[in-house]
Amino acid sequence: MKSLDDLKKIKERAQAMTELREGKEDVRIVVGMGTCGIAAGARDTLAAIMDEINARSLRHVVVTQAGCIGMCESEPIVDVIRQGEPKVTYGRVTPDKARQIIASHVVNGQVVGNFVISLK
Amino acid sequence: MEFYRSHVLVCGGSPCVAAGCRAVRVEIERLVREQGLDREVRVVETGCLGPCDQGPIVVVYPEGTVYHRVNMGAAREIVAEHLVKGRPVTRLQYAGELPSVSTADDKRTDYFQIQKRIVLENVGLIDPESIEEYIARDGYLALGTALTNLRPADVIETVKRSGLRGRGGAAFPSGAKLEFTARTESDQKYIICNADEGEPGTFKDRLILEGDPHKVIEGMIIMGYAVGATHGYIYIRGEYYISIERIERAIRQARWLGLLGANLFGSGFNFDIEVKKGAGAYVCGEETALIESIEGKRGIPRRKPPYPGTSGLWGKPTVVNNVETIANIPPIILNGADWYRGFGTSTSPGTKVFTLTGNVNNRGLIEVPMGITLREVIYGIGGGIPDGRSFKMAQTGGTAGGCLAEAHLDMPMDYESMQSAGSALGSGALLIIDDSHCIVDVACSLLHFFAHESCGQCTPCREGTTRLVQIFDKLRQFRATQADLDLAMELATVMLRSSLCALGQSVVVPLGTIMQHFEGEIQAHLHGKCSVGLCHGACDCAEGRPAENV
Repeated sequence: MKSLDDLKKIKERAQAMTELREGKEDVRIVVGMGTCGIAAGARDTLAAIMDEINARSLRHVVVTQAGCIGMCESEPIVDVIRQGEPKVTYGRVTPDKARQIIASHVVNGQVVGNFVISLK
Repeated sequence: MEFYRSHVLVCGGSPCVAAGCRAVRVEIERLVREQGLDREVRVVETGCLGPCDQGPIVVVYPEGTVYHRVNMGAAREIVAEHLVKGRPVTRLQYAGELPSVSTADDKRTDYFQIQKRIVLENVGLIDPESIEEYIARDGYLALGTALTNLRPADVIETVKRSGLRGRGGAAFPSGAKLEFTARTESDQKYIICNADEGEPGTFKDRLILEGDPHKVIEGMIIMGYAVGATHGYIYIRGEYYISIERIERAIRQARWLGLLGANLFGSGFNFDIEVKKGAGAYVCGEETALIESIEGKRGIPRRKPPYPGTSGLWGKPTVVNNVETIANIPPIILNGADWYRGFGTSTSPGTKVFTLTGNVNNRGLIEVPMGITLREVIYGIGGGIPDGRSFKMAQTGGTAGGCLAEAHLDMPMDYESMQSAGSALGSGALLIIDDSHCIVDVACSLLHFFAHESCGQCTPCREGTTRLVQIFDKLRQFRATQADLDLAMELATVMLRSSLCALGQSVVVPLGTIMQHFEGEIQAHLHGKCSVGLCHGACDCAEGRPAENV
């Protein structure tokens, strides 16, 4: 440790590790993980979302799961909620679609219209 | 740095370890792997979360869901339901709220705002075995700032202005202590962290070291810089296995990152720390006995003066401070003296960590601003007295602290008010006793403890504690007279004036407060009456009850 800048570098790298526990949240992504969702491939979708967040080093993104909301034919269902914006629900989200949603909606704020099944 | 969608924090404080948290953590890790979630879910062993008798505690983030008394079956259910399906298991959830747990949708009630965490800000929130997690929460920033932007005299000035006082029991102003040693010319000086937490019912230092060891290391280095010491010792109870393990690991990590060793932050300042294990003698918490013990001698107090500030370890100027005091230093340097004075009262600024034990619903570790009342602690945070019984007394500050009665419930807990009631904040133990206990029985327990722990060096303490035990055992057997009680108080007063160290000097504190605040009950024993019905003519205590019963 030679200077305050050295410390700052370690801090920036390390902060991503603990901020999940501090309730800081810009975007919340909810993946439907009922039996129907899992059967439709929600686990792969979730893995793709996580992978994309990792690759892009996104901060303050919270990924959680939810049960079945009664639209089993549209599973895997993914909600994206950006702070202060309406909840957008996407249906039949394959891993590829999930990557597009991250790039377009989560990062750039552009809703991916053709995957949307509900907007409120 | 990997992104995980969920962090599972398993409390790894000693009380939770005793309740089996390690097996629970291992089981959760195994199940997470088995479910293929190990790239998504991170399992962390953390420090004490507070409500120790609710352990093992498990917190799942980002929801901030708190599970209590988690056994192996519960662990399986949490993984299967919460982690796999995203459905929190309501049935296993803890109804209370934890001060260290914050979530995005924070609906915390005022009730829990009572607690203010400065010393414990990271405890239960970070992995104590990861220096990176400490650095992420502004760890070592105070040290970096001090070494690059502040002169030693500025550090001392800030500590002085903050009004911080020793949290080990004696409440000596910390800034003045640093100044004494800084002003003493010497080729070598030392910083000692007193982690020989011996007061029965106190375990705060243990849980601070277990939950956030780097904060103590950082505080010691800053103090070393302030007084010009290059070497520090942590004197810790030998049976604090987890604390020792974590502090030693933390020291290795700090050395590895160049936060201990030579030329810290390119300032030319060197500092290193060594851990010394104590053998568990109560008197070794006294600073000069502690120094003797580090020097490899029998742990008995020295005659004072000279005080350690001018002639301590190996005859060199030494600052001895309690773990909690040291843990207050980094936040004070980082945020300034005025920030610190914003908490607590004007004469007792800051917070105090207490261990809440005895007849109270929520036992455990708490940190509250100075000046909070005993009632707020017992009935607010503590959740009141269990089993429909009522409050009888609270002993503050460990065995050497005073015993307060119901009349003191609304008194603010700060140094001055405590002193005026004949007690002290002391080590931070808060022992709550309900009305099923007899005050004479309590006194007997305390006195047996002192007699057992007296080191035997000075006559007033060695003989005084023994005689006091005899007198109170007589009282329990309804054989004592008013003359005996007068003699007891006289003995305690002589011990206060003539004992070598605080052990003998402080017996008068619990004894005096018991005699004063519970006079009626004591008097009744002179006439063969014990209102609780515990004492009787033929008593078993003549054989000497074990001191551990305190």
